[in-house]
Parts: sequence; C-alpha cells; structure tokens
Amino acid sequence: MDQLYGIFLYAVFLLTMGGIYAVLALGLNIQWGFTGLFNAGVGGFFAIGAYVSAILTSAASARHLGGYDLPVPAGICAAMIASALVAWGIGRICIRLRSDYLAIATLGIAEILRLVLKNEIWATNGARGISRIPKPFEHVAEPWNQVGMLLLVFAIVLVLYVLLERARRSPWGRVMAAIRENEDAARAAGKDVERLRIEAFILGGALMGLGGALMAHHIKFIEPNVAEPVSATFLVWVMLVIGGSGNNRGAIFGAILVWTIWSATEILTTRLPSEWATKAAYLRIFLVGLALQIILQKFPEGIFRERRFQTSAASVHPPPFNRENTS
Amino acid sequence: MIEFVNFHLVPGLVLGSIYALGAIGVTLTFGILRFANFAHGETMTLGAYFTLALIALTGLHPLLLVPVAMALTALAVLGMDRLFFRPLRHGPTIILVIASFGLMLMVRSLVQIVWGAKLQTFSKGIDLPWVLLDTLRIFPKHVVIIGAALGLMAAVHLLLSRTRAGKAMRAMADSPDLARLTGIDTERVIRTTWIVGAGLAAAAGALLAYDTHLHTNMGFRVLLPIFAAALLGGIGRPYGAMAGGLVIGMAEELSTYPWIGTEPLVPPGYKAGVAFAIMVAILIWRPSGLFRGRVF
Repeated sequence: MDQLYGIFLYAVFLLTMGGIYAVLALGLNIQWGFTGLFNAGVGGFFAIGAYVSAILTSAASARHLGGYDLPVPAGICAAMIASALVAWGIGRICIRLRSDYLAIATLGIAEILRLVLKNEIWATNGARGISRIPKPFEHVAEPWNQVGMLLLVFAIVLVLYVLLERARRSPWGRVMAAIRENEDAARAAGKDVERLRIEAFILGGALMGLGGALMAHHIKFIEPNVAEPVSATFLVWVMLVIGGSGNNRGAIFGAILVWTIWSATEILTTRLPSEWATKAAYLRIFLVGLALQIILQKFPEGIFRERRFQTSAASVHPPPFNRENTS
Repeated sequence: MIEFVNFHLVPGLVLGSIYALGAIGVTLTFGILRFANFAHGETMTLGAYFTLALIALTGLHPLLLVPVAMALTALAVLGMDRLFFRPLRHGPTIILVIASFGLMLMVRSLVQIVWGAKLQTFSKGIDLPWVLLDTLRIFPKHVVIIGAALGLMAAVHLLLSRTRAGKAMRAMADSPDLARLTGIDTERVIRTTWIVGAGLAAAAGALLAYDTHLHTNMGFRVLLPIFAAALLGGIGRPYGAMAGGLVIGMAEELSTYPWIGTEPLVPPGYKAGVAFAIMVAILIWRPSGLFRGRVF
C-alpha cells in the first residue's frame, strides 16, 4: 500500500510537471504556431520567470538576494512582466528581420542570461542555485498539497487554453495567421505587421515566464542550468512540433505526451548500471532529436492539425497579392 | 605592455583565427542554403573528436591528422544533409533551422555516447613558450594555429576566386534563381558548400582543441561568437566572415584587459557576452554587416 501511495505521489508530481510544460508549449505556440516567430531561447525566458518569482517570494537568505517575502501570486505576476519586458527588448531589435536572426538572438540571450545567473552570485547564489522556494498549498496535509498544486497548474492551463482559443478566433488571431501566411498581403491590407509580431512575441514570452515561475515553485529549487537548451528549449520545441504547431490542443497534448515519455524513459535509464545509465541518458536525447526529424519530414502537421478558419465557398476570392507576383 | 601582448593580443589573434574558420562555414550555408545552421558548432566538435580518434589510432602528430579529420567530417556532414536537410529543402527555410537545432543535439549526444563527456586533450605534457627579448612569450602552438588558419583562408580565397565551383558558389549566394537559369547545378553547389564549411569547421574545432582541450560542449560554446562573426562580416560574405571572426576573437580577449584602472574592463566570466553585445549592436545599426552582406 505504501508503495502504491508513493507511486501515486510521484505520478501527481510528474503530471504537474507535464502541465507546466503545457504552459511553455502554449507560449511557444503563440510565437511559432500562430505567428511564425522562431524562439531558440525558451529556456532563457523560462529562467527569467523562475528566478524573478523565486527571489521575490523566498525568505531572506545570506546566500542570495531575497527576503521580500511577497505572496506567490505576486511573484508569478512579476515573473510574467519581467519575461515580457525581455521579449519586448529582443522583439524591438530583431522582429523586422527574418526569423533566423530572431533565432540567433534568442539563443544568445539565453546564453547571456546563464552567464549572469552563474556570475552574479550575490543575487542568485551562482551555480548552487536558490532553494527552499515557497510552494502553494505547502501547509496542507500530505497528499492534498501535491494534488492542490496539480489542480492549480491544470486550472491555469485550462484558463490559458480558453483565452488563447478566443484570441485565435478573434480578429487579432486571424491577422496573426495572415502575417505568417503572407506578410506582404497583410501589410498591404494596412496591418502594422511589426507591432502585431512584437505583441505575439511578448505574449509568448510572458507565458514562458509563467511556466518558469510555476516550475520554481513546484520543485522549490532553481539553478542556472535550467536555461540549458536541452532541458527546456529543445523539449518544448519537440512537444509543440509533435503535438501540432498552430493548435492549442496539440500544444497541451504534445507537452503531456512528450513529458510522459521523457520521464518514463528517465526512470528506466536510472535503473541501468551507472556506466550505461549515462550513455542511455545521451541516447535518449539522440532519440528525441531523431523523433523530431521524422515528424518534420513525414508528419509536418503533428498529431493535431491546425484548424483553419471556415470560409464559405462564395466568400473565397483570389488573393489580391501573390508572393510570386509582387517580389 | 608585455602582459597585454602575452595574455590578450596573441590569444585574441588565436581565438580570432579559429572563429574566422568557423564563421566562413556559417556565412556560406546562410548565404547559399538560406538558413542559420545551428549544428555548425557541433560540426567543429565532431572534427576535434575525429582528430582525437585518429591520434589514438595512428599516434601521429595532431596537425598531420587534421586534413583526414576534415575529410571525415565533410563526409559526415554530407550524410546529415542527405538525411535531414535535403528532404526539407523545398519547404520554408525556417523548418531547416528547426532541423539543424535538432541535429545539434543529436550530434552532441552521439559524441557523448562514443567519447564520453569528460575533458580530454590531444597530448599530455606542457607546451613551453619561446621567450623573446626576456619577456615576450610566444607559444609554438599559437604560431602553428595562426599559420594553419591563414593557410586555410588563403585556400578558400583561391577556391572562391579561381575555380568554377567557387564562382558557382558566389553566383548562388547572390541569386539562386539566376544561378539556376544559367545552368549551374545547384545540388552540386550545395554539396561543395557543405564540404568547404564542414572542412573548415573541423579544422577550427581541431585547432581549438589543440590550443586548449576537447569537450563535448566546445562547439556550442563558440556557436554564438561564430554567428556574431558571420553577421558582423555580412551574410554570404566569406571575407567578411574572416574579418568578423578576427574582430570578435580580439574583442573577447581584449575586453578583459584592464583598460581603465586595474580591474579587467569586462569580468572574465562575461567574456562570451562581448560577442553577443557586438551582435546586438550590428542587428540594430547595420544588419547587412560590415561587408554589405544580404539581409533576409
């Protein structure tokens, strides 16, 4: 019975992690799925959120900046604002250039951020990280604190899903799809392409900050390597591409599916003898990369296809501007 | 002054030549295949580890084996292109960026599986510097690295300016449609691009490992400075990439010199941030780079 109880607690913990990854995947879906903006620094936005919320809410410590003792919701809001501000800065610089430049710049900001987190020991405790971050429902009795966190995370995912679905169907979301499909036509229709793109980038960045803050509170510990491309950025990309970019349900489903496979294989590999365990961990990354390549080539739409807007046959006109003709 | 030369100027030149070799490949693939190749850093790692394996196999001096490692790396990259980039070539180029991002982690994890994640070196022992004028210390390995890099850059210059393949590459970097119309075999140009880029990356990786050590993260660590160098020089401009590499390498090493007062201008922990700062400045003020490259 005790063993079953332990498995139950572990499953709740893992499912909560899956939900947090779903928040990250929804954020990336706004940037990449809706608008076609490549963010190679998901881990960077995630780390900003995690550190801001951790520093604002944790108790005073001699090892790092802190002691503000703010309530967790305030920390989470501050985390989202901080990530949004960084997204705004990067967006201002790169958004008018092609997506490749944005990819390079976001990778760069994630790397720089990792340097800051490692070197500014007075604020972040360097490589040792910040521990004892407060967790919601911490003072409730044993199974219910974990279940409470799980319900909280999934409530957030549900609210985000409903809001983002409405955004997707709204004029704003339709303009985003228009920009992604044919930028020149959207511009010709009088849309401020740069501004809308920056809006999408900021919104996605804020959600990644939210995901980071939730993760910090969930595992109660945060260190600079969370911004590493493998752990955050790459996994979130694989989740979105497998689930189906452009589809919010796909983002959530992909996040939970990939996270389940990822953590299940982790349990398997840690049972191997130590020499094989490290090799198997690398093999796991290799296989996830291979899965990504296969999806990109064979199933580019992912599991959930993007649902296009319904247009009746009568209202379909030939597009006034065609890329081949204008350029 | 002597300290400046010994610890900042010479290392800056060495690092700059290594970045220059790496940046040529990035700028060529960006200019000709139209995407930012995130796997380029791992190509450097692969070249360094191929050299290590060849040393274990033959026991020869690393520099003699670098050409073999360059050929092996080029073959490996041609295989990757066939498997992972060619099937996606006709879709949007941003999908190629995602594929290269995935490939970056695949190559790195393969290197970690085969060679392990520990630090390794080509040879044990200490490289003693030549001491000139009592205080000027020149390490033989640094002379070798700069010499090898200059030689390779001269070879690239000859290839681009004197051979048909090089001219076809430049034509395709300028306008792929026009190149195709004039009867240039684009797939062949793409193969040449991969071979040149991968060969130079392998040499850069091996030289970097010869200067310091091998680590599975070594390629990823220099990816950002190399992108910065390619952007600084202008995308599709190989000579720009050489100049950009030198500037970025020098800037990184010179930034830690105590220009004002006695403290380093930039704390050594932030050396990698210098390349990023330069890159952001270019993206804001001159996205076409110093040599008027393309802006997509």
